[in-house]
Amino acid sequence: MSERESDGSTRDETDDGEVTAADETTADGEETIVLPGRSVVGGRAEAEALVTDETISGWGGVNPYNGTIIETRHELAGECFTDKVLVFRGAKGSSGWSSIFHTTRLAETAPAAMVYAETTTKVALGAVVTRAPAVTDLDRDPTEVIETGDRVVVDGDAGTVTVTKRAGDEGADSAADDAAADDAASD
Amino acid sequence: MDLTADERAMLAGEEGPAVQAAMDLLVRYGEALGAERFLDTDNVAGVPGMVNQFLEGYYADGGATHDEIFARHDLDADETFEIPDAKARTARLQGTVEPDNWEAFGTDPEDARLDRESESFEADHGVQILKTCTPYHAGHLPSYGEHCAWMESSAVVFINSVIGARTNVEGRESTSAAMLTGKIPDYGLHREENRYGTHRVDVEFPVEGVMDWGMLGYFVGKHVQADKPVLAGNYGSPDEIEHKHFGAAAATSGGVELYHVVGETPEADTVEDAFGPTEPVDVLTYDESAREEIYHELNEVGDDRDVDFVMLGCPHYSIEQVRKVSRLLEGETLHEDVSLWLFSSRKVGEQAKEEGHAGVIEAAGGEMMTDTCSAMSQAVPPGTDVVAMDSAKQTHYLPAMVGDVEAWFGTTEDVIDAAISGTWEGSLE
Repeated sequence: MSERESDGSTRDETDDGEVTAADETTADGEETIVLPGRSVVGGRAEAEALVTDETISGWGGVNPYNGTIIETRHELAGECFTDKVLVFRGAKGSSGWSSIFHTTRLAETAPAAMVYAETTTKVALGAVVTRAPAVTDLDRDPTEVIETGDRVVVDGDAGTVTVTKRAGDEGADSAADDAAADDAASD
Repeated sequence: MDLTADERAMLAGEEGPAVQAAMDLLVRYGEALGAERFLDTDNVAGVPGMVNQFLEGYYADGGATHDEIFARHDLDADETFEIPDAKARTARLQGTVEPDNWEAFGTDPEDARLDRESESFEADHGVQILKTCTPYHAGHLPSYGEHCAWMESSAVVFINSVIGARTNVEGRESTSAAMLTGKIPDYGLHREENRYGTHRVDVEFPVEGVMDWGMLGYFVGKHVQADKPVLAGNYGSPDEIEHKHFGAAAATSGGVELYHVVGETPEADTVEDAFGPTEPVDVLTYDESAREEIYHELNEVGDDRDVDFVMLGCPHYSIEQVRKVSRLLEGETLHEDVSLWLFSSRKVGEQAKEEGHAGVIEAAGGEMMTDTCSAMSQAVPPGTDVVAMDSAKQTHYLPAMVGDVEAWFGTTEDVIDAAISGTWEGSLE
């Protein structure tokens, strides 16, 4: 009764078999990693990753009207997740978590997809109503494998995350580093 | 998920499109959790159909009726349909609008109007308009072992721990769907194996009184985060109010949804009961130095001792707490530079009026408020620079929510003394 796929997504028909982790290196030297996991929300999206190994607070932690992390002590403070693949540990804080992420969908500031490590009621409900493709229960900790700036394909139908490492790995954590630098500057 | 006959019937639309959409949302949510089945629930606390200006604007094309916002927002459906009455017993939690003093709170008149209209819609659909974060002080409380679907972290930790009811921290959409279906996923704290303790907390410093239980909660939450602490050691028998302040603080600094106090809470007659087949992953000690550290942490944004605002009622005060404040203020007058706002549920506020406590507080210059709090409304009296509070939770949130205010944390007596003298003189002694 509802349109579940993200707008304009193309659904890859996957063969119904086992998906296993595969690390490949393409001809032009890009490393590609496939992480098998569990589908949370269907649909497919491809975007740049924004990664934190911390949990994210919804109410009081995210401004849904501009898609920005506002929790002052968070390593992604000031970073915008709109149209990115948000890779994070999980949810914390108020029971308003789903309402905040629900609002990002209406305000068109939502992430392109979500990949998270730890399931709770907050993050599961929030992912469902955000309706962006989402995957969890990956065979490795996604916050360790994926770095900010990597190109990521989230296939919420197959339950897989495909990561293409950013060329020239130096400073792959630039967003977190920038946030840390901002903190240092304001001290 | 493995659905029962009645769940399949709801999903097939046999109880109408709203119940069908509610069941569809619950199935998507249950699958996202990895849950295998649903539980029946007849005890919901949420914010069904709450409307603000953003939602009214977003759904304006369809007329932004209450039915539309409930269908498309609460139930995350793509169509609009008429919303039937609540199937499960449902209480409305607190919001952001004070019903009588919203102008003094700086609330937009449009948001005040929308709040009144939402309330009529909710009441008309069988929702109890309690408008409080403490439904258990206002007549809506579960029984031991009852499966519930509640929002509000301080209320969730209270009913799980103190009553032994079972709920996860639900959200707006899942509580609204539970209200129409009487179903919630069988997951997390609904299941016995997930209710055992994870950390032992050895309480060495004797803990007694609301301030000390609040500080212990703040300490525990900081260290265990969202895990399940088991308290053992040196404490008296905590009452309902001390539990409320402990749990609210632990849910604020950490994310605790369930705790056990050995010999006090219903799932912890002994340490062995509290841990069941599991071993503690860590042991914490709460001693005098830990207590001092927490006190200073909670008071770190206090510098100027000239208090100009006293905020009471986080979580919303019980009638016993209101009476205590009225006794402390009897025959007194607040300092001319100090405002005092006391927040409770409407029911407790009404009772306080009938029993005369509200009259005493108002005669001293205090104001009785309901439905919300300073942090939820982001409202303090004009010109507030320094706030005094007896709540660790509100002390944590308020400076961040309203910005640029200093905060003092102490006992209820410390805070009332400051309201009368205008000067903060609280200390750990």
